[in-house]
Amino acid sequence: MIEVKDVYFTYPNGTEALKGVSLQITNGEFVAIMGQNGAGKTTLVKHFNGLLKPTMGKVLVDEVDTRHVSVATLSRKVGFVFQNPDHQLFSETVEDEISFALKNFGFDEKKIRERVDWALNILDLTRYRKTSPFMLSGGERKRLALASVLAWDPKILILDEPTIGQDRNQKERLRQFILQMNHQGKTVVIVTHDIEFVAECEPRVVLMANGKIVADGAARNVLTDPDLISRSWLILPEITNVLLNLNDLGFPTNVMDVYEARDLIIERIGWARK
Amino acid sequence: MSMFDGLKFRNISSPIHRIDPRTKFIYVLTFFIVAVFFNQLIPLLILFFSQIPLIIIAKVKKEWLRLIKGSSFFATIIFIMNVISLYFYSGYSSFASIIEQASAMTVRFIVLVESFSIFFLTTSPDMLGLSLEQIGIPYEFCFAFTTAIRFVPVLAEEAQTIIDAQRARGLELEGGNLMKRIRNYIPILIPLIVNAIRRSLELAEAMESRAWGATEKRTTLYMLKMERRDYCLILISALMLAASVYAWLFIKIPTLTQILNIQG
Ligand SMILES: Nc1ncnc2c1ncn2[C@@H]1O[C@H](COP(=O)(O)OP(=O)(O)O)[C@@H](O)[C@H]1O
Ligand SMILES: [Mg+2]
Repeated sequence: MIEVKDVYFTYPNGTEALKGVSLQITNGEFVAIMGQNGAGKTTLVKHFNGLLKPTMGKVLVDEVDTRHVSVATLSRKVGFVFQNPDHQLFSETVEDEISFALKNFGFDEKKIRERVDWALNILDLTRYRKTSPFMLSGGERKRLALASVLAWDPKILILDEPTIGQDRNQKERLRQFILQMNHQGKTVVIVTHDIEFVAECEPRVVLMANGKIVADGAARNVLTDPDLISRSWLILPEITNVLLNLNDLGFPTNVMDVYEARDLIIERIGWARK
Repeated sequence: MSMFDGLKFRNISSPIHRIDPRTKFIYVLTFFIVAVFFNQLIPLLILFFSQIPLIIIAKVKKEWLRLIKGSSFFATIIFIMNVISLYFYSGYSSFASIIEQASAMTVRFIVLVESFSIFFLTTSPDMLGLSLEQIGIPYEFCFAFTTAIRFVPVLAEEAQTIIDAQRARGLELEGGNLMKRIRNYIPILIPLIVNAIRRSLELAEAMESRAWGATEKRTTLYMLKMERRDYCLILISALMLAASVYAWLFIKIPTLTQILNIQG
């Protein structure tokens, strides 16, 4: 469980990136932290594994104050996948890349082999086992970065901007994967400004703007509120927008699921025929 | 990061900023040479303090202080190394004079960093490139030089992100013996270098597709011109150099220990 208690954070150059953020994420939750560029999303999640320590307030991970433990200790529980895989890939082979963290955490030989095989398999990288990470395509590098974190099976998984630079197919596979992880009991936190992606995932949404949380609730409530969304400099999901524009025909304004919209439209057409 | 800020150009307006980069370079070079001439504490301290007015005129006090703070780590190492080696190699010296000599070496280091910093804080990379060009260095080299300088802050920021990413994978930078500490930097250096190379290739492609190097003879919009203040500063530099050569040859500079008459 992650508890953020009235956290303020100021960077050394004086930028106030967080201004009084309070938040609780319980075990097994799936949360999307949203907001425009510079809202403070990355700064907030870097507090979850202790990379940043609050200037004021505190952050507790399973009741332990992040100020009192090392990043390595916290990382064992909180896996953090950075936005750009090129900021972490350095090994000679894909296999070594995955075992790097396992060695750091002191797993034994046998366990390392087991976990590497598992991670390669689950992210469909087994055929690249002996390939250099630098020879992989962009999407594959992103999967490798994810594999190299999942390998140590952290209880909480944080993904910073996982959809950037991914095509529709890759996004869909990623979505399936995240939901699967979440169903297996992992706490998943994604940081993104990709509203369509979030609308499809339907997680709990924490909306940030200017270093503050401006909304927190089910995706369906937060993402379909036109005022809230435009105040946060985001744009409504397409489906919501379509139905919102058909509002005078009696369509509801809080739909963001394609299939639900389809059913509503068919129902209307049927009703008009009669 | 904060230490690099002390070497990064501050785009403000001050008399020092307006001086021709070539003149400023001559001035800094003179400071360098003079600082290397002397190994006594008193002249080095004079050099150190004589630059402070310039820093105030140039309005870069904050950045300069940060640089001094940042370099205090290296300064401490230099001080300790000097005390140790002086103690072992010139056993006859008194404790006070060992401390004085070690301080002198430390102050010399700070003076060198200081003059570097004045130069880079007050000279825009563009002006620097322009002045290199106007003393006849081929444009390709000037461009490479200014681009390299411009990318220093980008690299510093990127290095911080890479460090964070690897720490999140359980890498601990502190602790361990020397070999382990050096090995710890591999996961940071490799992504940093690979990204730098990748970025430079991309930059080259982007530039060539915008017809970089299409004309043989380039003309520039701004021309550097030496003015009276530039000639004054060159004169001051020359006088400073002459005075210190004179002092070095003919004046026996007393040490602080002798003046205060400290017996070790
Ligand atoms: N290392 C840093 N040093 C100084 N300011 C930073 C740093 N990282 C981010 N910021 C600033 O903090 C604010 C929040 O940034 P960030 O958390 O990265 O936002 P987001 O992830 O929502 O795009 C921005 O104004 C950004 O410019
Ligand atoms: Mg971010």
